[in-house]
Amino acid sequence: MTKQEALFNYCLRLGDNSLILGHRLSEWSSKAPIIEEDLALTNMALDLIGRSVALLKYAAEAEGKGHSEDDLAYRRPERKFYNNLLVEQPNGDFAVTIVRQFFNSTFEFLLYEELTKSKDATIAGIAAKTIKEIKYHLRHATDWMLRLGDGTPESHLRVQNALNDLWMFSDELFEMNEVDEILIKEGIAVDLTTLKTNWEKRINEVILEATLIVPTSTFMQTGSRQGIHSEYLGYIIAEMQYLQRAYPDAKW
Amino acid sequence: MLTEKEIFDILSEIPDPEIPVITIKDLGILQRVEVTGNTCEIFITPTYSGCPAMKMIEDQIQEALAPYQITTIKVNLIYSPAWTTDWISDEAKEKLRIYGIAPPEHSSLDKGALTGKAKELKCPLCNSKNTEMISQFGSTACKALYRCKDCKEPFDYFKCI
Ligand SMILES: [Zn+2]
Repeated sequence: MTKQEALFNYCLRLGDNSLILGHRLSEWSSKAPIIEEDLALTNMALDLIGRSVALLKYAAEAEGKGHSEDDLAYRRPERKFYNNLLVEQPNGDFAVTIVRQFFNSTFEFLLYEELTKSKDATIAGIAAKTIKEIKYHLRHATDWMLRLGDGTPESHLRVQNALNDLWMFSDELFEMNEVDEILIKEGIAVDLTTLKTNWEKRINEVILEATLIVPTSTFMQTGSRQGIHSEYLGYIIAEMQYLQRAYPDAKW
Repeated sequence: MLTEKEIFDILSEIPDPEIPVITIKDLGILQRVEVTGNTCEIFITPTYSGCPAMKMIEDQIQEALAPYQITTIKVNLIYSPAWTTDWISDEAKEKLRIYGIAPPEHSSLDKGALTGKAKELKCPLCNSKNTEMISQFGSTACKALYRCKDCKEPFDYFKCI
């Protein structure tokens, strides 16, 4: 694998994580529990989709085949998507969405803070922009973890169930392959293993403060680094790509 | 052909699509203009990564320059340096306040975004400091939602980033 191919794949991974989670959050539009949350979740979706535009545009540049960010979003098959399994999981009830946000925003906060120091100026620039937004996402998720965990017996139960159910997708966030190895040597990518301890520490603090229990199961899911996904991604892509597949190059 | 400064001045008049009382220059969205031969490149930066007004701003730029016979007008979206509320001038902040949006209080890296402390803000309508945050996320990506406990009106706060 060349450095350029690694960069293409790395930007796809970063971009796909933003795109797919952005798509998921946008599904809350008009049906969140309260109107403030309708605005919050869709605002975050907007941040994420905006970030994915920048990252997929850069991925297309690295690929060098004359594709646009839209080609990469709307014409790529499922097996060529590299987002983490966590972000494609269904919204579930509000607690599931919050736990997914909490795991992911804590991870992104650590990841993008490091990426601001990337030797690749474009990635560092996007990271410097996006880290400001991630801080708001993380605060939102943390506030809700505390409120739901330390709330009513019902909210406590639901958020604990969500923690237990999504836990098996947490290890994959830190998984690395040849792409990371090549780019870490170049000072472009972040060594994900260095983030894990900090991630666990932050997660544990909030979970305990929320009077919840940190899951202990060691059974973990994996696959997305090879483009192997859970059953849910195909449905997201079918919906997202329908128009461009049915009417190629359609514009309005 | 117009000079870079003349083009910049023309574009400085373009109102922000979402907050029309201030211009894209006041907000710091309009970054710079570069003219080479008959080609004009304009660099703009989004307030938030997903700001949906960028396409509209690009169209407004094209429209504003249409009468000047420039062969090629390219509008480039740049992310670096990252936009910050520090770029909003004091004059523009006053215009925001009069418009009913509480302007960003002091500067960028809002530590409160992580620590959870909400700011003490003045109501843009009655100046009372007896206000509270309803949500960090408001009607657009750049705003939070507050309410005034004296005049009872909700209001937008242009949050610091
Ligand atoms: Zn008031």
